[in-house]
Amino acid sequence: MFKFLFDRDTWQEVFDSFSKNKLRSILTMVGVWWGILLLIGLLGSARGLENSFNRLFGSFATNSVFVWGQSTSKPFKGFQEGRQVRLSLTDAKKVEENVEGIEFLVPRNQNQASVVRNFLSGNFGINGDYPLLDQVQKKKLIHGRFINQNDIDDNKKVVVISEDAYKQLFEKDEMPIGEYIEINKINFKVVGMFENGNVNMGPTSDMHIPFTTFQQIYNQGDQIGWMMITGKPEYDIKQIEEDAKLLLKNLNKIHPKDKRAFGSFNLGNEFSKITGFLIGMQFLTWFVGIATLIAGVFAIGNILLITVKERTKEIGVRRALGATPFEIKRQIVVEAVFLTIVAGIFGIISGGWILIGLDAAFGQGDDATIVNASVSIGVVFIALVILVVLGTLIGLIPAFKATSVKPIEALREE
Amino acid sequence: MHKSYAIGDSSLHVLKGIDLNVEEGEMVAIMGSSGSGKSTLLNIIGMLDEADSGEYILDGLPIKNLTEKKAAVYRNKFLGFIFQSFNLINYKTALENVALPLYYQGLKRKERQEKALFHLGKVSLADWAKHLPKELSGGQKQRVAIARALAANPKLLLADEPTGALDTKTSYDIMAFIQQLNDEGKTILMVTHEEDIANMCKRIVRLRDGVIMEDKKVNQVRAEQYV
Repeated sequence: MFKFLFDRDTWQEVFDSFSKNKLRSILTMVGVWWGILLLIGLLGSARGLENSFNRLFGSFATNSVFVWGQSTSKPFKGFQEGRQVRLSLTDAKKVEENVEGIEFLVPRNQNQASVVRNFLSGNFGINGDYPLLDQVQKKKLIHGRFINQNDIDDNKKVVVISEDAYKQLFEKDEMPIGEYIEINKINFKVVGMFENGNVNMGPTSDMHIPFTTFQQIYNQGDQIGWMMITGKPEYDIKQIEEDAKLLLKNLNKIHPKDKRAFGSFNLGNEFSKITGFLIGMQFLTWFVGIATLIAGVFAIGNILLITVKERTKEIGVRRALGATPFEIKRQIVVEAVFLTIVAGIFGIISGGWILIGLDAAFGQGDDATIVNASVSIGVVFIALVILVVLGTLIGLIPAFKATSVKPIEALREE
Repeated sequence: MHKSYAIGDSSLHVLKGIDLNVEEGEMVAIMGSSGSGKSTLLNIIGMLDEADSGEYILDGLPIKNLTEKKAAVYRNKFLGFIFQSFNLINYKTALENVALPLYYQGLKRKERQEKALFHLGKVSLADWAKHLPKELSGGQKQRVAIARALAANPKLLLADEPTGALDTKTSYDIMAFIQQLNDEGKTILMVTHEEDIANMCKRIVRLRDGVIMEDKKVNQVRAEQYV
């Protein structure tokens, strides 16, 4: 059945009719070429955008929520509305112990302070942090280390600074590790320096000191600024947020329906909006790409119909010479499939070039908007299969048209 | 044999009872004014068309109720066609054109090429094998067409006004070829409306309004003497 596909003569025929009608064949192929080029180009770009989002959020645990205290909006148990709510370490511990699905809970504190080193100074956000922060909001350390348990236990006066802070407080090429900087007139030893992140969730964090040291110098007691909760992958972060808030309301004698008492920012929610957008974009890409492909294949079918019309006489001659209707049909279908596949392959190649171009233009450096724009082999394969199927189907129309004319009428055609 | 064509609501009775018997080795000219049914008859004989009633027996084989596929096989095996307008495939070389019926016979490429070249040689166009039809003169084209008709070694050669598109000199040239083929034993049936061409055959059948008016043997005029 498929032996003819390996027959040199079949391809000789295809090649002949192609090379004798070069312009028309090439014009025919433009539609399919364009369709597959769009498909590859768009899918690759969509993938590139997705990669870039993933890279942006890569250092961040995305299924996390930030919770902080605000002021109550409902009177409850003898308290008036408008009471300021502040979270405490005890709250944090209770939440961690009682809410299901929590992976990490990181209590945090923050304050603004002026920082001085020799003759250089600046205003920075000072964060009191646990070593755990490094797990949920990965710091890319250029030098030194992050805060460790020893620092916490001994209330050490050490600080981890950001690249920005370094640039403001240090001369170029100066080694910051081991140097001292003055925060609120207290000397802190620099133990680490990290790269600025791609995204900064919440307040810009410029410096980190041990949580316990923060408590001590700002006289915070048990209070914390906010807590960052990350959920285990199999748990819904929205549910964790609700459970945690309810527990916190209970602990702080706040009306269960009070919506203002705790503020929160659910990163998981925001992130799923973006992923949803990306999925939508991919869907759209497939839709547009395949629709264009179908249009292109139809164009091939259309042109082949015209070709068949023009070649009516030739087909008549061939039939007079003994070509069976099946042989004629087969030849036309093979031509259709051949044209679609060649056009498709050119489309894939030029789509690849576009992706290379995109990568060169937008894909370089750390803040690239499109990262590693590419399509998988699977996608290319699927596209080719679609092409073969569509090409065959569309080739059948002119094929049947060609043999529906009786050879005698075909011969009479002038 | 009867044949009608539907034209709108009415039907046109083209062949009104034709009874014709052609022996092997004959060379018959079918003549008649246009509309007399001569082309229709040739098409039925060529299995390009089918008669409404009556029977057609080719070399002892009844030709009836043919599927398109079977008709194609029979045409390929038994018949060679020569057309007025040559009907060469314009993007194929002379050699490829001649090899085409052999291709549909399923012959191997090499064998086809050899046979085709042999037949081109017979019409003395071997040197033109690689030329496209547009590079050939009318007479050469018709010779290629004859070579093509011969390639599959058919029992019967059907020619529809083979000299209709050629000048007199070339016509005689072609006729000389056809006569030579007949001398070699090929049965030839041709439609023409030129008396001088008809007289180069051995038998003339005159049609008028779908019936045979006259069927007579003639003394063949040899075409060589005019060349």
